[in-house]
Amino acid sequence: MTDALMNVTPPGRRRTNWLKPHRIVLIAIALAIVLGSAFFLRWDWLPQYLPLAIQGIWRTIWLLVVTSALGILLAVPLGLAQAAGPAWLSAPAKTFCTIIRGTPLLLQLWLLYYGLGSLFPQFPWIRESWAWPYLRQAWPYGVLSLTLSYAGYEGEVMRGAFAGVPHGQLETARAFGMSRFTIFRRIWLPQALHRALPTLAGETVLQLKATPLVATITMVDIYAVASRVRQDLFVTYEPLLLLAAVYMAITGVIVFLFRRLEARIPTRIG
Amino acid sequence: MGENVHVRFPSQSGRKSNLTDLIASVVGDSTLSLLALHPPGRGAFLLAGFLNSVMIAVGATVLGLAIGICGAWCKLYGGAVARDLAAVYTTIVRAVPELVLILLLYFVGTDLLNRALVGLGYQPTDVNGVAAGIFVLGVVQGAYSTEVLRGAILAIPQGQIEAARAYGMSPRLLMRRITLPAMLPFAIPGLANLWLIATKDTALLAIVGVNELTQVTRTAAGATKAYFTFFMAAGAIYLALTLFSNTIIGRIERWARRGMPPVAEGAR
Repeated sequence: MTDALMNVTPPGRRRTNWLKPHRIVLIAIALAIVLGSAFFLRWDWLPQYLPLAIQGIWRTIWLLVVTSALGILLAVPLGLAQAAGPAWLSAPAKTFCTIIRGTPLLLQLWLLYYGLGSLFPQFPWIRESWAWPYLRQAWPYGVLSLTLSYAGYEGEVMRGAFAGVPHGQLETARAFGMSRFTIFRRIWLPQALHRALPTLAGETVLQLKATPLVATITMVDIYAVASRVRQDLFVTYEPLLLLAAVYMAITGVIVFLFRRLEARIPTRIG
Repeated sequence: MGENVHVRFPSQSGRKSNLTDLIASVVGDSTLSLLALHPPGRGAFLLAGFLNSVMIAVGATVLGLAIGICGAWCKLYGGAVARDLAAVYTTIVRAVPELVLILLLYFVGTDLLNRALVGLGYQPTDVNGVAAGIFVLGVVQGAYSTEVLRGAILAIPQGQIEAARAYGMSPRLLMRRITLPAMLPFAIPGLANLWLIATKDTALLAIVGVNELTQVTRTAAGATKAYFTFFMAAGAIYLALTLFSNTIIGRIERWARRGMPPVAEGAR
């Protein structure tokens, strides 16, 4: 489902066939819609909210990058434990992935923020600890739940990727006398990551689409900015359309970056 | 990131405090009684919300399948314009967050419906939340179903379709007898995944106030202040639905793949 975002077109055919007459008409219609909405809808709020919007976009991207990076760091051990670990490691990892993948992210987020957040203040030793100033804010809960969610989904992806690396590769590495850690670092992990890369691209887009949920726990990302415009000025469609455009642009950047990344890795799996 | 520092819960500084206290308040029996089915407890509300969630998920999946069949047909056999329009639909829906789409479609849908009603001389109505949820999630699911079904149809050995055409089957008979049954084993894993996503996406409808499980849970938790207990309970319900679905899906998959060679998963 996710890798279908990256439509495969034979590179040779693309350029000559792309600009057909009906496409020109469709592009003209799309341009007319864009220009029409630019002229006939209400955009006078835009200059006033622009600094806030830029800050919101920055926060969305920050959240995406940080949670994806932390999530993949967690996902590698989770995947490895499920693919090759002993039962006492693989069972908890599998349970974790099942729970994360079996419940809605919104519920996980609210469980952490409202649930844990309402329990913490009852305990003076928590309130007196160094972590308390952070626990009173919303963003640690947002980062934590998005990270755990990404780790849960990617742990499953990495399990498949680790299991998919041909055994001969690992046996050859062992025959070369590599230590277990070196095998993991030089052979197993790079090949697994390479196999997982197309899926990770799609999953990162899904992660981007999950970030606006943090607006429900008072974090101000670009979605929250759009909601604020809606509530302040009673303009409904314009901020939402702008929001859709922003997310499509970020999606485009993610797909582009992952394509570049995939192109860098030489493909030759025997 | 120092915005919105607020205290969600009045501090109870007089209380004795240690780790066992934390555990006691997590699993304590004082809040568990709130989950009872009878009026002091709010279990009945949760169950009603859960039923709404399941109804929305089923409706959205069915609507999504209908849209998906049309979309896949457009992408594979449609004319140039239909093909491009289907591509635009799937690309936009899959690139924009469900949350934004839900808000857009919810507002646009109710707005258009009320304008049409007023135009036809009726009173504007409040849209039923479940129906609106089915419509909104169905449109989202449709985009993903399109891709799943398109891939499944492409996975059919094309000789089967050509053979059916050579027999002189009409397109409708061909679809009913050959294309749909033959693509089923390829489509079912993807469609099962979509069903699981649909059950979890119903939670997003809480944002527009539809009375499904998450929204009901939030209301109950806010009223009783037992946030942890209620959200854990709702999580358990969602998880149970997922696990139950998984066993059913396993059976359907075995049935759809009957007579085909087994999948060699993990046998590398």
